This record gives sequence, C-alpha cells and structure tokens, in this order.
Amino acid sequence: MAKAVGLLVALFALWLGLSGYFKPFLLTLGVLSCLFTLYLARRMNLLDDEAVPLQLRPGLLLYWSWLGGEVVKSAWAVSRVILAREMPISQQLIAVPCTQKTEMGHVIFANSITLTPGTVTVETAPGKFLVHALTEEAANLDGFAEMGRRVAEVEAR
Amino acid sequence: MDPATFELLRDIASGIVFAVGGAFLLIGAFGLVRLPDVWSRLHAAGVVDTVGAELILVGMMIQAGFTQATLKLILIGLFLFVTSPTATHAVANAAFMAGIRPVRLRRNESGEVIGDRSNKEPQP
Amino acid sequence: MAILLAITAALFVAVLLVLIRLFAGPTLYDRVLAVNTFGTLTVLLLSALGFVTERPDFLDIAMLYALINFVSTIAILKFFRYRALGRATTRGEEV
Repeated sequence: MAKAVGLLVALFALWLGLSGYFKPFLLTLGVLSCLFTLYLARRMNLLDDEAVPLQLRPGLLLYWSWLGGEVVKSAWAVSRVILAREMPISQQLIAVPCTQKTEMGHVIFANSITLTPGTVTVETAPGKFLVHALTEEAANLDGFAEMGRRVAEVEAR
Repeated sequence: MDPATFELLRDIASGIVFAVGGAFLLIGAFGLVRLPDVWSRLHAAGVVDTVGAELILVGMMIQAGFTQATLKLILIGLFLFVTSPTATHAVANAAFMAGIRPVRLRRNESGEVIGDRSNKEPQP
Repeated sequence: MAILLAITAALFVAVLLVLIRLFAGPTLYDRVLAVNTFGTLTVLLLSALGFVTERPDFLDIAMLYALINFVSTIAILKFFRYRALGRATTRGEEV
C-alpha cells in the first residue's frame, strides 16, 4: 500500500512539474492518468522494491553529493591521462568484493563504480564485481572499499 | 542589488560553469578519438557523459533561474545520471562477452569472478 | 546569449570529434559507444538551442531524446548479442 501511494505521489509530482498547468479540469485529467498508470503498474506487478525504492534511506542524497566530488576528481585524472603526450594507461581487470546485502545496494555500488570515470563495472558474480580500470591509481582497492562502505550505509536492512 | 548587477553576476557564474563543462566535453571527445581501444574509450565517454553534461546543464539552470525550465533541466540531469552508467556498463559487458580484451592488459583477475568463461579465445 | 552561442559552438566541435570515432571505429562497440555519446551531446545541443532561440519547448524534446537514446543503445546491444529483440532475457541465463 505504501508503495502504491508513493508511486502515485511521484507520478503526480512529475505530471505537475512537466505540464505547469493548474486549471481544475486539467488537474483532474492529470490525477486520472496517474491513477490509470498506477492500475497498469499494479497489473504488471511493478510495485516492488526495484520500481518504488522507498526503502532507501534519505542519506542517499548526501551520498550523491559525495559521489559528485569523487566523479569530478577522477574525471580530472582521466583528462590528464588523455592530454598527456605519452598516455600513461595501464589497463587492468580487477576483482572487487562487494559487501552489500540487498540487490539495490549492489546496483547502486556497481553504478557508482561505472559513473566514476576511470573505472567500469564489466561483470557481476555473487560477492564480487569485475571492474576495468584505466590506470594504476584508479584500481585502488581501498577507494572501492570506502565507496562500498558508504553504499552499505545508504541501503536499508 | 539592482537587476543589472544581478544579471552580470549570473552571467559570470554560468560562464565559469560553462567553461569548465565545455573543457571537459572537448577533452572527453578528443579522448574518444585518441585513446587506443574500446576499453579505454569507455572512460573518455564517461567524462563526457558525467562531468561535461551535468556541468553544462547546471550552467543552463543558473541562466534560467527559478522557472519551469530549471525543473526540466534537473529532470534531464537525473535521467543522464541514471542512464549513462547503465549504457556504459551494457557496452562494456557486450564487448567482454564478445571476447574483446583490452590491449596491453597489466592485470587480469577475470577468472576469479566468472570462472572458466574468461578463457574464451578473443575474436579477430 | 553570447555565452550560450559559445557553448553551442563547443558542442558542435565535440560532435564532430565523436563522428570521427563513429566512422573510423574498428569494432561495433566503438560505434555504439560513439552513438551513445553523440546522443548525450545532442540532448545538450537541443537544450542550448532552446535557450538561444528562447523556446523552452525544446527542453521537452531534449528529455524525450535522452530516454530514446538510452533505449536505442540497449536495443542495439541486445540485438547484436541475441540476434533477436523479442526473446526475453531471464536472470542467470547463460548465452
């Protein structure tokens, strides 16, 4: 039930933000379309932790701002590699352990690794990820452990 | 603060953000041409998709102020933030499955993760 | 507006560089990557053009393009991996 209400609120907020109309007739149509979408989502069994991730803690926003800083730092490192005359790349495929308990935690961790320039998650297996790193500095296991710890704080349960 | 000064400050702030974002965009696009193989080019595309795109969207938000346009720009930024790592991972995973391996690979621990499948011969 | 024109010019240069990789890329995956980056740059270009011509409707087109770009990348990769678009890819399936 909480999932349904959450999805309805999110859908209606999106509708309001995109349309920008506040006439009663149009608002009614908006509510009706949101209710219809909710009915379809229910029929398709989409109301689970994946589609409506209400179980995540609000610390996710803090985590995203930390991640933004990391992304800028590593983008600067990759830019220096690109602009160097002899590009100092040493490519490696490394195994990174992931300690998160939920599937959503794994998804956030893998996407964070990919979002940071210099590292890309290639393949997943139970308990570890295969990560491609561009340079020696990017393949720093302590950095991955730090990021994994922060993701584990965000995910619930 | 009178409107002219406010507009000037806004232009300066967005100009700085645009300059940094545009520099990252150009560097990333240049890297896409310069780097030696698919695996290294993934990271250049990552620079364009994350820092470059988001910074330019932030610059446009500063230009737009508190309007509906800013809301739509935030939504575009959110879409890019969620979809770009997924697309990059899809390309990397597809290339890995097709047997393409990085050139001059220093360290390869793919056997630890996926077992025997890593011994597949690379395609020509 | 001069700032936005400058950023539009920078976006055009970046698009040209990406197009070089799109035509030269030796493997399929280079090209898919280039198409994806091209799409991101197109989204930015559409938003910038919306500001230059002062028509905010362009932002809606940019948003749609961002979504279509993601779906098309996934569709191309799925097609070349399974040689079909209709088949479901269940979890844990080995190919």
